[in-house]
Amino acid sequence: MAAELSRRQWLALAAGAGSALSLPAGWAQSAQRPVQRLITVGGAVTEVVYALGAQSLLVATDTTSLYPEAANRTPKVGYLRQLSAEGLLSLRPDAIVGAAEAGPAIVLEQVRAAGVRVELIAADHSFAEVLRKVQTVGRITGREGQAQTLATQLKAQWAQVQSTVAQAQRKPKALFILSHSGAPLVAGRGTAAHALLSLAGAQNVVQQFEGYRPLTAEAMAAAAPDVLVNSTQGIEALGGVDAFWRRPELALTPAFARKALVMMEASQLLGFGPRLPEAVSQLHSQMLKATA
Amino acid sequence: MTSLWRLPSGRLHPQVVIGGGVVVTLLALILGSTQGAYAIAPSQLLSVLGNGLLGGSTSSTEHLVFMNIRLPRLLLGLVAGAGLGLAGALMQGMFRNPLADPGLIGVSGGAALAAACAIVLGPLWFASLGFTLGSWTLAVSAFIGGGAVTLLIYGLAQSSGGTRVGLMLLAGIAVNALAGAGLGFLSYISNDEQLRNVQLWLMGSLGHARWATVWLVGCVVALCTVAAMALARPLNAIALGEAQAQLLGVPVERTKRYAIVVTALAVGSVTSATGVIGFIGLVAPHWVRLVAGPDHRLVLPGSALLGASLVLVADAVARTVVQPAEMPLGVLTAFIGVPLFLLMLRQFRNKL
Repeated sequence: MAAELSRRQWLALAAGAGSALSLPAGWAQSAQRPVQRLITVGGAVTEVVYALGAQSLLVATDTTSLYPEAANRTPKVGYLRQLSAEGLLSLRPDAIVGAAEAGPAIVLEQVRAAGVRVELIAADHSFAEVLRKVQTVGRITGREGQAQTLATQLKAQWAQVQSTVAQAQRKPKALFILSHSGAPLVAGRGTAAHALLSLAGAQNVVQQFEGYRPLTAEAMAAAAPDVLVNSTQGIEALGGVDAFWRRPELALTPAFARKALVMMEASQLLGFGPRLPEAVSQLHSQMLKATA
Repeated sequence: MTSLWRLPSGRLHPQVVIGGGVVVTLLALILGSTQGAYAIAPSQLLSVLGNGLLGGSTSSTEHLVFMNIRLPRLLLGLVAGAGLGLAGALMQGMFRNPLADPGLIGVSGGAALAAACAIVLGPLWFASLGFTLGSWTLAVSAFIGGGAVTLLIYGLAQSSGGTRVGLMLLAGIAVNALAGAGLGFLSYISNDEQLRNVQLWLMGSLGHARWATVWLVGCVVALCTVAAMALARPLNAIALGEAQAQLLGVPVERTKRYAIVVTALAVGSVTSATGVIGFIGLVAPHWVRLVAGPDHRLVLPGSALLGASLVLVADAVARTVVQPAEMPLGVLTAFIGVPLFLLMLRQFRNKL
């Protein structure tokens, strides 16, 4: 059970972390009737469905849809990059809305050929991505009004978070660690974690490479992060906070001296869903506090 | 234990082997067509199939699901399994070694390396090429990669006395290790999305089946089967030893070359369409030899039929066991084939 859980969390994180902009912004089909049976593939998209109160339309979600809790009880169509055409069609959906990395492409093509609306939402790790998800789900579920309200709320929240971040006196040097399975990896450029750190007013100490890579103890010391960021699931996978700080490669970092660690639930941290403003705000204040 | 079915040696009668193989394959095909996440009743199935064959078309979802998704997938499974089984029998015959499998001459390793290159480096390369093969990029790269690595291993095995099979075996192991290292390096430099795609490709799936792929792979495998049958007698002679075969007037060198080309074509085309599906090429020929004896005129077609049946059954499970999601096929071919094979080994343990 524990293994299963951590695998699913890993998948959730992987989905959030998938790199940007592979598809045009969906294949919008003009003015159609609202759907009755919806499948979402991608954690943040599922979150938006719940946020708009449209969960009664949901017939299934993918394995990266872990929040809210109720999403875990829907039928699961598998991992969003490995969907099955027959499996999707067997649930008789009117529409499938998903993250850009959903696939394989041929499966989506077949599903579309069977008359199902398929819309993928482009990812660029920005606040605009969150708004796109809200608007797309609102349009597809016929809840444009609610979507408008939610978007307005999020924008107001976001403006406030941004001004707080802009007023900060300093930019902590931060390092994001991904440790859901196997050896810990650190986040370089072009990752959701990188985008998140800069949105939260921190400077990512890893600028040399793109994607998630293992970092040696020496490179870790040279990068000299003041604060480390990890997900709660990642810390759990390493055996808790104490076990985390016992890792030898951390001992030479400035963060180690004051045990400066910020952790947050993975899907909130990297999902780029409606909880983004809250996540950025928390991350910002906690990083400042940990490095004060 | 002589009977209508068996020869005095206890082996099955040739007609029984081939007839039985055809029946088992047809049963697997029927089983496969009734199984799927999307429930289609047998009566509906018949009308859809009748409609499809007569060229009529209905726009019912059942029709779409069966004709565009399930049927191409079944047929791709059929030809993929046949190609892999056939290639396995050819390689074991040529190497005169029951541990040989098509992977040994580098087709799968080369295809995997090229596929990973296309996934990880493709966006860089193809951007500068100025044209794109679209969704065929991966398949074409894998096919070329498989062929190129096979050629390399074949070249390394050349000596003054012709192709040395032992040399080829060693070169194959070494080059495969190199391809493995290349794969590891590509995984390391890949981003998260590319890494997942490489992993999924390595586990094999018939989920990418469409009609164009089925026709293409089907034609290649059919041609390979015809060509392989012409190699059956020479391979029987080679089983006695290469020198003996030479004395019998068998063109040993040419037979080996053709066997390699046919294997590379069959496995290369199958792998480029489905990803890596392991184990079929290794096990199907053994199984056939256990019941039918070592005559390649039986082992070659028998292995193709058995390979096809195994892949069809494994894919039926892959499609349904975790529905509406899907299991990777490469995992299941081993899960289903190995226990059956071990059972078989136990049954025949005194005859090996």
